[in-house]
Amino acid sequence: MSKILLILQREYVSRVKKRSFLLTTFLTPLLFGGLYALAIYFAVKDSGDEYQIKVVDESGYVASRLEDKGVAKFEIVTEAVDSVKKNVEDGKDFGLLYIPKLDLDKPDGIMLYAMNTPGLQLEDDVDDAIEAALERAKMDRIGISQSTLDSLRTKVSIKSVSLSGKAATSGNSSIAGAVGTISGILIYMFMLVYGAQVMRGVMQEKTSKIVEILVSSVKPFQLMMGKILGVALVGLTQFVLWILLTGALLSLAPTLLGVDAHTATEAANHMSVAGASAGNAQAIEAFGKINNVISQINLPLIIGSFIYYFLTGYLFYAALFAMVGSAVDSEADTQQLMLPIMMPIIASFMMLGAVLKDPSGSLAFWLSMIPFSSPIIMMIRIPFDVPVWQLALSMALMILGFLGTTWVAGRVYRIGILMHGAKVNYKVIFKWLMSKQ
Amino acid sequence: MDILTVNNITKSYSNHLALSDVSLSIPQQSIFGLLGPNGAGKTTLIRIINQIINADGGTIEVNGERLNPNHIEIIGYLPEERGLYKKMQVGEHLLYFARLKGLKRAEAIKKIKYWFQKLDIPDWMNKKVEDLSKGMQQKVQFVGTVLHDPKLIILDEPFSGFDPINANIIKDEILELREKGSTIIFSTHRMESVEELCDHIALIDRSHKILDGPKKEIKNNYRSKTFIVNHVGDIGGLDGHYELLSSTSLEDDLQETRIRIKDETGSNLLLEHLIGQTKVVGFNEYIPSINDIFIQTVKEGSHE
Repeated sequence: MSKILLILQREYVSRVKKRSFLLTTFLTPLLFGGLYALAIYFAVKDSGDEYQIKVVDESGYVASRLEDKGVAKFEIVTEAVDSVKKNVEDGKDFGLLYIPKLDLDKPDGIMLYAMNTPGLQLEDDVDDAIEAALERAKMDRIGISQSTLDSLRTKVSIKSVSLSGKAATSGNSSIAGAVGTISGILIYMFMLVYGAQVMRGVMQEKTSKIVEILVSSVKPFQLMMGKILGVALVGLTQFVLWILLTGALLSLAPTLLGVDAHTATEAANHMSVAGASAGNAQAIEAFGKINNVISQINLPLIIGSFIYYFLTGYLFYAALFAMVGSAVDSEADTQQLMLPIMMPIIASFMMLGAVLKDPSGSLAFWLSMIPFSSPIIMMIRIPFDVPVWQLALSMALMILGFLGTTWVAGRVYRIGILMHGAKVNYKVIFKWLMSKQ
Repeated sequence: MDILTVNNITKSYSNHLALSDVSLSIPQQSIFGLLGPNGAGKTTLIRIINQIINADGGTIEVNGERLNPNHIEIIGYLPEERGLYKKMQVGEHLLYFARLKGLKRAEAIKKIKYWFQKLDIPDWMNKKVEDLSKGMQQKVQFVGTVLHDPKLIILDEPFSGFDPINANIIKDEILELREKGSTIIFSTHRMESVEELCDHIALIDRSHKILDGPKKEIKNNYRSKTFIVNHVGDIGGLDGHYELLSSTSLEDDLQETRIRIKDETGSNLLLEHLIGQTKVVGFNEYIPSINDIFIQTVKEGSHE
C-alpha cells in the first residue's frame, strides 16, 4: 500500500509541477473571467454605433411604415436614386436602401448600397425593419389593425413542476438542462483528457524501459493503480482550482472594470436573456425565474454526484486507457485499440440531446445505469430529479464497473508492459487477459 | 552456503518453452556468470528471480527461504532494457528508486550522497536526467541498483554503453561489492568480462541448462591435452602418440602448430620429441577460453 502511495506521489508531483498544468490551470479561469468581463463591458457600454441610411421607396408600401431598428436609422428621401448613390460613393452618406416597385407577396429587388460592406448586425436589422414594414402593409391591405392582432396573441409562461422526490419543486427545465449539459460535458472532457494522460504515461514507462526496473520493486498492479490515482488527484486539483479561481475572478471582474456591482448584475441578467430581444419586463421575469431555479436546484446534490461520477467514471475508463497504453509500443499503434474504448464515451456524449428531451424516459434510464455511459448521462438527468433508488443503483453499478475494468486492465497490463515488438490487437489482449502469470 | 538455489524451474509461454527444468546453485559472495545465446531463457529466469513473473513449476530459495515479496528489498536488479524518467532530477530519481525498495528517505539521501562521492559525480544531484549522456545515465542506473545495499545483485549487460574507463570503474565497484559480501549474478555476452570477473558460470541454451560450475573446473574439463608449439623449422613427423591438429606460419620463419596427445604420454615427452626435430621457441598448453567453450557447447547442442 505504501508503495502505491509513493508512486501516486511521484505521478502527482511530476504532473502538477509541469508548465502545461500550471498554464491550463491558471489561464482557463482567467479566460473565463476575461470573457465574462468583456461581455459585461459591452453590455454596459452601448456601442453607440448607428448607421444612417437613406431610403428611396418607389413601391409606396415601405416609406410610410418603416421604423428604425437596432443600429439601422432610416431617413426617407425623395431624391433620385442615382444622386443618392453618388452621395454614398462620395462618402457623404453611409448607405442607400432602394426599394423598387414590388409585388407585396413576392418582394424582389430590394437593394442596400454601401461603400463599406455592411456588418451582419446591420443587414439583419435592415431585413427585420423591411419585413416589419411589409407585414404592416399587408395588414392594412386586409384591414386588420395592430390592436386586433395584439388581442389575438395570448402570452403563456408554463411553470413545470416535478412531483417525484420528497419535495415537489418547480423549475425551468431549460436551466436544469443547462446545468446537466455542462456537468455532462465536463465529465466527458475529464474522462478523455485524463484518461489519455494515463495512457501516455503508461506507454512512456514502457517504451523508455523504466518499467522493468519498477516492476522488480513493485507489483505491476500497484504501479498501474498508483498512476491512475495520481492522475485522478491531478484532475481533482485542477477542477477545484478552476472553481475557486473562476469564482474569485467573477466576483472581482465588475470592480476591476470600475462598474458598480448593481449595474453589472443587471447587465448580466440582460445578457442571459439576450436573444429573446424583449423589453425590460420580460427580462425581469426571466431573471426572476433563473433566481428561482438556482435557489431550487439541489446544489450540494449536483456537486456531490459530479465529484462521484467524475471519479468513478474516470477510474472506469482510465483503467481501460492504461490497458491500451501497456499493450502498445508507440503512439501510432494506439489508434485502433482506442476506438472501442472511445466509442461509448463519444456515443453517450451524442445521446445528450435525446436524454435532455426526455430525462426520465427509458433510454435515459438505461443509459444512466450502464457504467459505460452513466457518468455522462446520469449527470444530465440529476438536475431533473432522479428517483433515489435509480441514483443509488447507478452509483453501485459504477463501482462494480470500475472494479471490473480495473481487474481486466490489471491482468492485461502485467503482461503487456513486458512485451515488446508484438503485433497487438484485441485477440492478443484477450489471450493475455486469460493467461496465467 | 548458497544465497540462491533454483530448483527445477519450468516456464512456458503460449507458443514456446522458455525454461525447462533448470536448477542452479549460486554460492554466497561469488560472481556468477549466467551465459547463453539470445533467446535461451536467461531473461525469463532473471525475471522469475525478481518476481516479475511466476514460474510454472519448480521453486526458488533465497538463503534457504522460499522466494517471497520480502526478498525484493535484498535484491538489486539492473535490467538489460533500462530507462529513467527524462524529466526528473537525478537525485530525486534515485530517491524514488530507493524508497520503492523500502529505504527510508533520510537513509536514502545519505546513501545517494555516498555513491555520488564514490563515483566522483558530486554535482549530479540536481541535474535533469535528460541533460545526461547515455553513459552518464548508465552510471545513475548502476547507483540505483546498488543503493539499498542488496545482498543479491543481478546485472544484465552492465557494461553496455560505457567507455573503457567507466567500464573499468564499474568493474572495480562490482569487485568491491563482492568483497563486502554481496553476490552478483552477471549476465552478458562479453566473454572477456566473464573471463575476468566470474567465479562460477552457468550456460543456458534453448531453455535447458547445459553447463554449470566453478569457472576453473569447467575450463579444466574442456582441456584436451592440446599444446601450442611455436617453432622455427618444420616438424619432421610425429609418432602414434600424437596428432597434429593444425599448423600455421607466423611472421619470419616462425610457425605455430597445435598438437594433441592421444594417450597418457606426458607433455615432457612431447617436448623432447619435438626438440629433436625443430627449434622450439614456445610451448604452452591450450586452455579453452570461455568464448570457445560457449561456441563449442552451443554448436554441439544444435547438432543433436
